[in-house]
Formats: sequence, structure tokens, C-alpha cells
Amino acid sequence: MFAKGTKRKFSDPGEEPALGAELGPVVRPLSSTYSLQRQSLLDMSLIKLQLCHMLVEPNLCRSVLIANTVRQIQEEMTQDGTWQIMTQALAAAQCPADRLVATEVLCRPSEALAAAQSPKPLPAGPEEEEEEEEEEVVVAAAMEEDVDSEANPLSSSSFLPAPFGAEPGWEDEEDDSEDEDSEECPSDAEDVPDSRRGDQVFGTFEIKHPAPPPDPALEELFSDVDPSYYDLDTVLTGMQSTPKMGPYDLLDSLSPHAAPALSTGTSCRSDLNELDHIMEIIVGS
Amino acid sequence: MCVGVQWCFSQVKGAVDDDVAEADIISTVEFNHSGELLATGDKGGRIVIFQQEPESGNQPQCRAEYNVYSTFQSHEPEFDYLKSLEIEEKINKIRWLPQKNAAHFLLSTNDKTIKLWKISERDKRPEGYNLKEENGRYKDPYSITALRVPVFRPTDLMVEASPRRVFSNAHTYHINSISVNSDCETYLSADDLRINLWHLEITDHSFNIVDIKPANMEDLTEVITASEFHPNQCNTFVYSSSKGAVRLCDMRAAALCDQHTKIFEEPEDPNYRSFFSEIISSISDVKFSHTGRYMMTRDYLSVKIWDLNMETRPVETYQVHEYLRSKLCSLYENDCIFDKFECCWSGNDSVVMTGSYNNFFRMLDRGSGQDVTLEASRENIQPQSVLRPCNVSTGGKRKKDEIGVDSLDFNKKILHTAWHPLDNIIAVATINNLYIFNDQLN
Repeated sequence: MFAKGTKRKFSDPGEEPALGAELGPVVRPLSSTYSLQRQSLLDMSLIKLQLCHMLVEPNLCRSVLIANTVRQIQEEMTQDGTWQIMTQALAAAQCPADRLVATEVLCRPSEALAAAQSPKPLPAGPEEEEEEEEEEVVVAAAMEEDVDSEANPLSSSSFLPAPFGAEPGWEDEEDDSEDEDSEECPSDAEDVPDSRRGDQVFGTFEIKHPAPPPDPALEELFSDVDPSYYDLDTVLTGMQSTPKMGPYDLLDSLSPHAAPALSTGTSCRSDLNELDHIMEIIVGS
Repeated sequence: MCVGVQWCFSQVKGAVDDDVAEADIISTVEFNHSGELLATGDKGGRIVIFQQEPESGNQPQCRAEYNVYSTFQSHEPEFDYLKSLEIEEKINKIRWLPQKNAAHFLLSTNDKTIKLWKISERDKRPEGYNLKEENGRYKDPYSITALRVPVFRPTDLMVEASPRRVFSNAHTYHINSISVNSDCETYLSADDLRINLWHLEITDHSFNIVDIKPANMEDLTEVITASEFHPNQCNTFVYSSSKGAVRLCDMRAAALCDQHTKIFEEPEDPNYRSFFSEIISSISDVKFSHTGRYMMTRDYLSVKIWDLNMETRPVETYQVHEYLRSKLCSLYENDCIFDKFECCWSGNDSVVMTGSYNNFFRMLDRGSGQDVTLEASRENIQPQSVLRPCNVSTGGKRKKDEIGVDSLDFNKKILHTAWHPLDNIIAVATINNLYIFNDQLN
């Protein structure tokens, strides 16, 4: 149906009412499906707002309609109380880098693990093949995680800063998500619903103890990233005043920091892939 | 048009190959007031005008034969140095002026600049200059021994397009509409937030008549999507918004028409409420009927006919492609939900037409209440071959000759259509081809 082979996520007429479906005047069920879909729609909308055309001015009508959609979701989430949780999580962040440190930890190879066991050769699954062009560090991390979870589920949970599954505030989290999440490379977006990753990112925030020391290289790298990403007004105004701000501008601002950020020693295949990776982290998709 | 009218293929213009050059994408289609000329604008800033061949007694059914009359470059790409942004040369709209003499005039606009073009024919040329040779070279003055008066001799027909006026620097935002007033002296141009009134003779200033820009851009929630002058009342115009409202304004009431005289808005059906409700209610086109009594609006899923005397709800509503309602999330994801479809009236206002996906277009007969879906396709281009109705299946069981919703090609969209003002001849633009159909004479 759609040229790029985008996976259709909302085509289950038999299940929970989809976002596009008629929900009617009844109170919306706060089912996990609905919340996931809503979060996914929010993330999708924010990406659409951020990624403006580089050369030509973006379509104002389209931007306004997307921004209104985001506001609607925001209002509904405020009524549900879920918006509060998300913004609290963001506010709890010491600095923007923290948010990304949480997932960066996933990427960081564990010295303890390396010492304990030699990494097993990993068969290249379909996930790996898809992510061929991703940074090697991410792939390496995936291998580490896979090894980790296969060998010792308990050690994986202690390695990660927060139990993904044990977050009481998150209705969406399920206990068996822990294993599933720990096995995944964060760059693999295909099988996990968008909001789940979003939940991971914010979930780690809630009970982040002990806080891992912020990596100065990472801090520098993401010093330009604005936690007001979810602040609609900033997005809309920012888009208006600097219409050229797009992926390539972000790239420019990142380039001086690119080298020290990847201090793990691996090099990026291309700056654009790094940008994609960063965007995925930010958006959690 | 009565029930049972068949539509036949007449012509198709444009490249055959599937590889579409970006510049060839058709962005606007418009008949002139007599229907003799058909203008198209494309993304490359060019205008191509087709002229109807005079009817020959032998084949009366081939009355819908149009051939190229003139081609010219209307707008060039520009660069806004202040904002470091490119200004596209894409022609957003073409509007013809009523014809007053032998020449034809049209207004064409891109995102920022409107131009008045004069299209004139020349079929004679002066011959017998004293100082110049026939090829243009100057004669040696000493060789001239006698004087003569140059005369006009017939020559091959030449059609020239020359820019007579350039109306620029009046729009901060992207122009989406232009409309010539019935007084034939003024016209309006509308962008996302403002509408300006121009005099056709004056290019260095215009009057702002509508301004919906909020003091703080962060408060912006609604934009102007289309605007048109009333066909008979020179003081009346309408503009539609992204929130599904149409405002009618009377220029006699005030200089700045921010206060509307009437607002046409249908309350939302609570059963259909979703996160996409607002987006699909955004009006992509508004057109007065030829009589001026009615007005038609096009939103993403439907066409509505409004009586200007009743603001509360439309008098008629037609579903264009209701089967897309359950696919709105996917259409949002791939941006198709933001496609701006146009609509048009038949010459006698009894039928309305609008485009859809998969190169389908819809004819909605107001008299009988019947509707038909037809396809503009190169598979059916035998001269005068009759178009067969198409059906989209929504349920599980698909009948023969039906196409499933998931098989529709969303890259093949018909956004621009036009109807001959006096005859049943229609022009339908696919991405880069222009199809001309006429009804079958019995």
C-alpha cells in the first residue's frame, strides 16, 4: 500500500480502537495499546515538525495542523496524568545528556562482562543485517547485550541502570519486557513499538540510582540538544524563526564533537548515520 | 447532466514514461471563460496553453480536441537572501481575465509573486523597411536611393506571451489563491495568513483586507487555505481555513475584513472524533457556483455544497473516498493526509467533480444524487473509448473488477481538475499528464 514498505501499525479493526477510528464520546480506555499508539503518534508528529526542508520554506498549513495534533495529544495526556510523568522525568534530568546517557549505557561495553566471558560470535540475524550501516559501536553493544542476556539475565539487570520492567508508574511496562528489551540493540526499531522505547528512556529516569557519572564527551556532544523537544511552543517558534534548522544543521553543530563522543574508539561510517542514530535516541523510535 | 451520461477519452498530454521529471509535475489547470483555451502550470514554472480546435462538421464528437497554443516560462526560481531560502517557481494558480480584445490575459502566481501575462497572436509582419534588410541587418545608407512605405504581409501564426505586470513583495507567506473580481479591475491574492487586494494596473502597492496573523506566532492554530471572489457581487469574497470554516466577507463593511459577515461551519460529528478530525476537516478548496447562490468546499474525505443563505450546515454532502477513514493514521504517516484536492462545478452547476488517489476522479451529480468513479489511465486511450466506472471494495469480499483499498496507489493522485464553462468537456491532471474527456453525444 505504501511505497516504502512502512510497517502498518494501526490496522487492527478487531482489537482496541485505533487512533484513527471513531472513539465516540465515551471515556477513552487507557489501555496499553491506545497509549502506545498515542505515544507513537506524538513521536511521529514531533519528527515531522522537526525535520523541515532544508532549502524551501516548510508548508505552514501542514506544520500548524501537525502542531495542533501534538497539542491535542498533549492535552489528553495531561488529563490522563501521563504527560506529567513524562515532563517530570525530563525535569529530573540534571542535564540533557542524562536522558541519552541512559541509553548510552546500553551501548557502552561493560568491562566486567568483557573480563568475565569472551563474547560469543553472534550469528547475523535479520536485525543485524538491517542495521548494517549503523555505527559499529551500536552493533558491538548489541552483541554485548545479547551475550549478556543469554549468559546471565540477572547480571544484565544489574548492569542496566534501572529495571525496565519494574517501574510502577508506567502502565505500559510489563514484567517480561525486561528480557525482550535487554536483548535488543537500541537502534533496532522494527519490532518494538515506538512508545515502548520512549518509556524505556523515561523509565530509566524515574529511579536512576546510582546516577552514572555523565560522560563529559557525551555531554559535549549533546549540549545542543534541547530538553524542550517536547515543548510545542519552542518547536513551533523555533521552526518559524529558523526554518532552515533541519537535520543538516544539527549535523553541523555536532561535527566538532563527533570525534570525542565516540571515544569508544570506533568511527562512524558516515555522519548521516550518526545523525539517524541520535535522532532515534532522542525520539525513542 | 442527466443520469447515464458516459464519459469518453479524448486526449492525453504529457510524457509517457513512468519516470516523472519533477519540473513536469502539473500544479494547476484552468479553462478560460469561453473554454477555448486551457492553461496548465507546472512545478518548473512553465505555463502551457492549449487551444480548442474548431469543430469540424465531419466529426462533431471530436469537439474536445486541444492542441498546444503557447508555452512560456512564467516564473523562475528565486532565492530569498534574508532567510536563506529558495522560492519555488512552481505555479500555484492560474486565473484568466475575461477577454476584452483580441489578446488573452491571465494571472499566474508562485509562492510569492503574481504576474499578469498577455497572450497575443501575430499573423502579419511588416516588410519593406528602408534601413534594414529582410534578415535584420542594417543596409549601407549610401546604397539607399529611394524610399518606400513598409507594408504588412501575412505570415505564419505566432503566439507571444509577454509579462505586462509583476506584483511582488506583498506576501510574507506562501500564496495559495488568486481570484479576479467581477469588476475586472481588481483581484485578490491570499497566503497562509493574509489576503491582499490589488488593482490590475497598479503593481507597487496593494491593500491588505484580511490578516489573521496572531501577535505571537506561538498562538497560531489556523491558517487560510483558499479564497475566492463572488462571481457577481464585487464586494463579496470568501476564504476557507485549516479548521474547516469558511468566512464570507463584505468589503463595504470595513477596510480590514477581519470580522466576517458570515461563517460557514458544520459542527463536528462526535462519533467521528479522532486525533485526525481537525486535519481532515481542513478545507483544501472553495469554489462558488456559476450562479453565485452556492459554494462548494473540499476537505480530505468529502465535498460539501453550501447555500450562502444558510451558515449552519451544508445543503449537500458527498463522500469522495470514505474507505480511507480507517486508514487515516497511515495516511498521516506518509503525509498523504495533507494532500490538497481541488474541486470544480460543471457549467450548469448540476455536477461537481473532484480527484482522488489511484488516478481516480469522482463525478457527483447533484440532481440525481448519483456518483461515479472514473480513472485517468493510459490503458484506456482509444479515441472516444467510454470510461468504465471503477469501484473500490471495502469489505472482505471483493467483487470482480473491484480494487481493494490496500491496492490503491497513493502516489497517483489527481489534485487538479477543470470543467469547460459551457460544455461537458473536462480536463483532469494526473501527476504529469493532462487528460481531456468529453461526454458521449448520442
